[in-house]
Amino acid sequence: MLYLHNIGTYFLMIVEMFRKPTKWGVMKQLILKDIDDLIIGSLGIVAFISFFVGGVVAIQTALNISNPLIPKNLVGFATRQSIVLEFGPTFISIIMAGKVGSFITSSIGTMRVTEQIDALEVMGINSLNYLVFPKFISLLLYPFVISIAMFLGIFGGMVASVYGGFSTAEDYIAGIQLDFKPFHVAYAFIKTSVFAFILATIPSFHGFYMKGGALEVGKASTTSFVWTSVVIILLNYLLTQMLLS
Amino acid sequence: MIEVKDLHKSFAGVEVLKGISTTFEKGKTNLIIGQSGSGKTVFIKCLLGLFPYEQGCISYDGKIFSELTEDQKRDLRGEIGMVFQGSALFDSLTIAQNVMFPLKMFTKQSKSEMEDRVDFVLKRVNLIDAHHKMPSEASGGMQKRVAIARAIVNNPKYLFCDEPNSGLDPKTAIIIDNLIKEITDEYDITTVINSHDMNSVMEIGEKIVFLKDGLKAWEGSKDTIFKTDNEVVTDFVYSSELMKKVRQMYIEEKQ
Repeated sequence: MLYLHNIGTYFLMIVEMFRKPTKWGVMKQLILKDIDDLIIGSLGIVAFISFFVGGVVAIQTALNISNPLIPKNLVGFATRQSIVLEFGPTFISIIMAGKVGSFITSSIGTMRVTEQIDALEVMGINSLNYLVFPKFISLLLYPFVISIAMFLGIFGGMVASVYGGFSTAEDYIAGIQLDFKPFHVAYAFIKTSVFAFILATIPSFHGFYMKGGALEVGKASTTSFVWTSVVIILLNYLLTQMLLS
Repeated sequence: MIEVKDLHKSFAGVEVLKGISTTFEKGKTNLIIGQSGSGKTVFIKCLLGLFPYEQGCISYDGKIFSELTEDQKRDLRGEIGMVFQGSALFDSLTIAQNVMFPLKMFTKQSKSEMEDRVDFVLKRVNLIDAHHKMPSEASGGMQKRVAIARAIVNNPKYLFCDEPNSGLDPKTAIIIDNLIKEITDEYDITTVINSHDMNSVMEIGEKIVFLKDGLKAWEGSKDTIFKTDNEVVTDFVYSSELMKKVRQMYIEEKQ
């Protein structure tokens, strides 16, 4: 029953988020601040993880090819497919659920605990529009983060393959270009856009509707990470079934 | 003037407010007092529309809150200033930005007009050269002053304060009480203060509403609270040794 209540409240929150808009002059500042916090602030960790995971995917693929009949360009091909189809959109989104999601939950939750949200409401401000809408808009740039992750993942794979002696740069690049389907990139960005919406709204829901004190802010951050990850994994399955099968 | 009639509020079947009726007069500092858990904060949050209530009526100068449209409620909220117990300053904004916030949201003033107004209200609460500090860099007393400055920056008709001097030393608490009283007199606003501090009662309690277990147990002023025979009130007022001595002195002086 509580789950149903929470699901209903979540959808009502989304509707409320678009009502009674905040003054554009103020909203613009909030959006820019959230772009800095959520997008620019995540580039470092996303770049680091993507580069090295790309390298690991390439090495593992190469080490599992023992048959001399299998062409060496398969390393590039397999790395590209793994990165573009799954690692970029899904794996990075799970990491972002931890980094960005817990930041959103704890910052909004702290505002709830310290009555800053009450202060907004007393002033007659739509607190959901003020707090959640800018996060939703700034996360529209999330596909930009994922495209960087894809590029660095594939590049990391190439560096690991070439310097590890598993493949030549020419073979790897030929593999990247092999049997390329532009729809796979479209599929990745469709998933990314859906995950961006989830990343903005589920952590906000857990922060906004939390009750209690500092301890509960921590618990809400953990719960938010768990639910954001669960929803991302479930939607990943559904979208893959719908778009690729 | 704010009128409250038969206000009821429950949480999960537990009745917290059990039919409170009272009025808060214009140009006066109206205090709501009572022990912790008596329903003071719930009452003030119902007055502000932060908590929906099951039964009763709240009217602001004749405007019944529950009958207002969303736009009318928003307009009314523009006339309300609120000082929260923990100040509720926005962490990410400087002190000047916190005070400017209501102006930015609700007025079409130019930046220089807003800056002038912020300078004026910060000076009014005796805060000079604090504009660029973050709330975390300010002391508890300073934070309360900033919260008061933010509450009055839009020239409100109604000022609500939830335990404005909690966590402050006695001297700073008196300064904050007096500041609220001065502002109430100066701008002729309806001020409602939630408190359990007897010093506040003695300093600024022009009208006092005493709550116990969600009911109004007594109503009067700082002059009449020491004369009342209401046991519930005397138990609360004279709970400390200091206040018992004050009462003894009062009785001896009377004799």
